[in-house]
Amino acid sequence: MSALERIKHNFFDLEVIEKYAPSIIDGLWVTLHLALFIIVCGLVLGLLLAVVRSFQLRFINWLIIFVVDIFRALPPIVIMIVFYFALPFVGIQMSGFVVAWLSLTLVLASFVEEIFWAGILSVDKGQWEAARSTGLSFFQTLCNVVLPQAIRMTIPPLTNRTIVITKSTAIASVVAVPEILSQAGAAQGFSANTTPLTMAAIAYLLIFIPLVAMSRVIESKFAWKR
Amino acid sequence: MEQLVQNFFNIEVLIKVYPMLLKGVWMTLQLCVVVVPIGFLGGLLVAIGYSFHNRWLNALLIVYVDFFRAFPPLVLLIFVFYGTPYVGLEVPAFVAVLIAFFLNTSSYYGEILRAGIESIGRGQWEAARSTGIGRLQTMFYVILPQAMRNVAPDLTSNTLEVIKFTALASVVALPELLRMGRIAQGITYNPTPLIAVALIYLAMLWPLVRFLSRLERRMLVKQR
Repeated sequence: MSALERIKHNFFDLEVIEKYAPSIIDGLWVTLHLALFIIVCGLVLGLLLAVVRSFQLRFINWLIIFVVDIFRALPPIVIMIVFYFALPFVGIQMSGFVVAWLSLTLVLASFVEEIFWAGILSVDKGQWEAARSTGLSFFQTLCNVVLPQAIRMTIPPLTNRTIVITKSTAIASVVAVPEILSQAGAAQGFSANTTPLTMAAIAYLLIFIPLVAMSRVIESKFAWKR
Repeated sequence: MEQLVQNFFNIEVLIKVYPMLLKGVWMTLQLCVVVVPIGFLGGLLVAIGYSFHNRWLNALLIVYVDFFRAFPPLVLLIFVFYGTPYVGLEVPAFVAVLIAFFLNTSSYYGEILRAGIESIGRGQWEAARSTGIGRLQTMFYVILPQAMRNVAPDLTSNTLEVIKFTALASVVALPELLRMGRIAQGITYNPTPLIAVALIYLAMLWPLVRFLSRLERRMLVKQR
């Protein structure tokens, strides 16, 4: 067999593609669901934490910083493995899907909180004072004056971070979630052929290349003024 | 409470497995020391490539960068590890990890450094060139030092990400910290080693997270 034929046979085998396409597509749906839940919950929770932090209650702020730091420092795969393999020993049992969702939601929320908080800080103090002096309450100022300006500045880092965390859904294969990568791994085992991994790679690229290209456009559109 | 101590902070288990964990830490450190500089150098090449403003080269670099930014690192790693034997290359796990992480981190570093270089005004180039120093000299002595300062938070944040990625290497059985923790858990049938692994990662990475937060805050103050 020539080298080219061997590559074709091992990475682009049509029979294998035909046989395992349905299971990869099943995996694709699981990945998309997982990603959607993580993005929605992570963004909402992160924004909520940033708003709570802006009230400047000392004890609560310490708590938020502490938790957020932990989830920014730990590798997502470590968090998932601790949740999945260690927590059952103290009576907390969660399915792989819930573990993956919860871990990545907490990680995304932590980064999002930091990004929004930086955005809130970047709005000049004069904006607060001006808004409050017109008679708006603290909360109205936050929602109607500060956040709209803050969110605009935070769009590029938010998109980047969301993409990075969504890519981490592939790690869910380690805790037995039947998403793209774990379907492909199983198919690779059955067929003794790497073609399913090629299919998985193509599936991920189909999802993420448009997102990465979009983030490039967003980045230049919302670029920070230097 | 007793159950918690017994399962998560079991001293006996810890005494039994700590040599394994130390070995894991050592492997993780080795990985970091190799992966981070190589990825950074790759990124530097990408960014300098951009600065030539050659249309074909730029198109090629954008394809490279976007392609590997879209590839989840774990998928890339598994693809390299299980795929290379089929094309007749038998690479050890460590090398597979290096290849996969190089492709990923060089594209991220490349994108960050490119943004940094582009943030430096044209006047700096012209002034430096007019004093008679060459293109590459201008790049290394004038542009890059300022560019790196402008994107210092992004560089730090990406380095943090790269170090966190090294835990993925456990999936291809490279005996780094997470892998050793899982083996230790299997031997003792007690999750204490996993908790210890998490705490070791925290001890290594928390200072970097704090440093990053301070760096970001300082940039914010400057921008205002």
